[in-house]
Amino acid sequence: MARPGLQAETVALRGHNGDQGEAYYARPLRPGKVPGVVVIHHMPGWDEWTTEVVRKIAAHGYAAIAPHLFFRYGRGSPDDVASRARPAGGASDEEVKGDVAAAMAYLRAQPNANGKVGVIGFCSGGRHAYLVACTLPGIDAAVDCWGGRVIVHDPAADLTPKRPTEVIKLTPSLSCPLLGIFGNDDKNPNRADVDRTEAELKRLGKTYEFHRYDGAGHGFFSNDRPAYRPEQAVDGWQKVFAFVEKHLTASQSAAAAS
Amino acid sequence: MCSYIVEKASLVGSAKGPNGWMKIDTAHVYYDHPYHAPLDHALGIDFINVRNGGRERVAVELSAESARELVTKILAALESGEKEHAEVETTAAYLT
Repeated sequence: MARPGLQAETVALRGHNGDQGEAYYARPLRPGKVPGVVVIHHMPGWDEWTTEVVRKIAAHGYAAIAPHLFFRYGRGSPDDVASRARPAGGASDEEVKGDVAAAMAYLRAQPNANGKVGVIGFCSGGRHAYLVACTLPGIDAAVDCWGGRVIVHDPAADLTPKRPTEVIKLTPSLSCPLLGIFGNDDKNPNRADVDRTEAELKRLGKTYEFHRYDGAGHGFFSNDRPAYRPEQAVDGWQKVFAFVEKHLTASQSAAAAS
Repeated sequence: MCSYIVEKASLVGSAKGPNGWMKIDTAHVYYDHPYHAPLDHALGIDFINVRNGGRERVAVELSAESARELVTKILAALESGEKEHAEVETTAAYLT
């Protein structure tokens, strides 16, 4: 079987407040309509691993885009830009929401878009995925990979003008199916945090799937770090792709409607 | 986990980066996921010049163990160096 090709590039993206930013965009080259996925990067920024995730998702048949959430901190290599973002508190929740909304609109504007768009975020981006799934219209599926501080333990430190909301409290507004991927050895979110989040989703009757892995901690998909757990990561990625296929492909939507 | 916690140290000195030497006045010190080092978490230090806008930096990412080793060696070098130079300065003062 021939492996389908893909095209990857950096594109201009006008984000929150009309600010001119950029995004990493990859799409499969096969003909036909494709769903889209917005990839929300973690605190180290718009790094190489994020671009690898975008290409991986594109290789599985989705148009994928990762907005550079720290572009407001000026030009330079992504690591230098992230080093400026960190002491300033990173991107605000409002900026993230605006930038993700812009990335979703970009995906839906492509001529081969099937109209379905999901989001996936890692670490702080996992919290962002939960945030946008509860606040932005038009998201068809959301994936939270070990998002920290969905539950806030220290409001004085963790609730700031840039992040004023404990996102677990937004769960009543969750408007799409949610997939959660967690390592049982993670400290943030720890097992009790994941228990509480799951209990809230269950209480509110939300559509969700949580997969929790023994022998894995925080960031266990990161194949460039000691945290990588190949067995758990391979299974986790399978869960991700099964979830987005279920909720984003046109054939599934047509089947659900019939 | 991703963190925005940064310790800031005021410095007097210089650092050498890709564009040569530059004056620095600040170090941002943090412990979080690194960008380059193949570690889950690393002690990062960004040496910058805030007065010049802080756009250029000299950066290091160290394991926790090696960062602690560096701290002890910095203190040891300061202690022995200052003692050595104090003796030289005392001798010089005696000779003049």
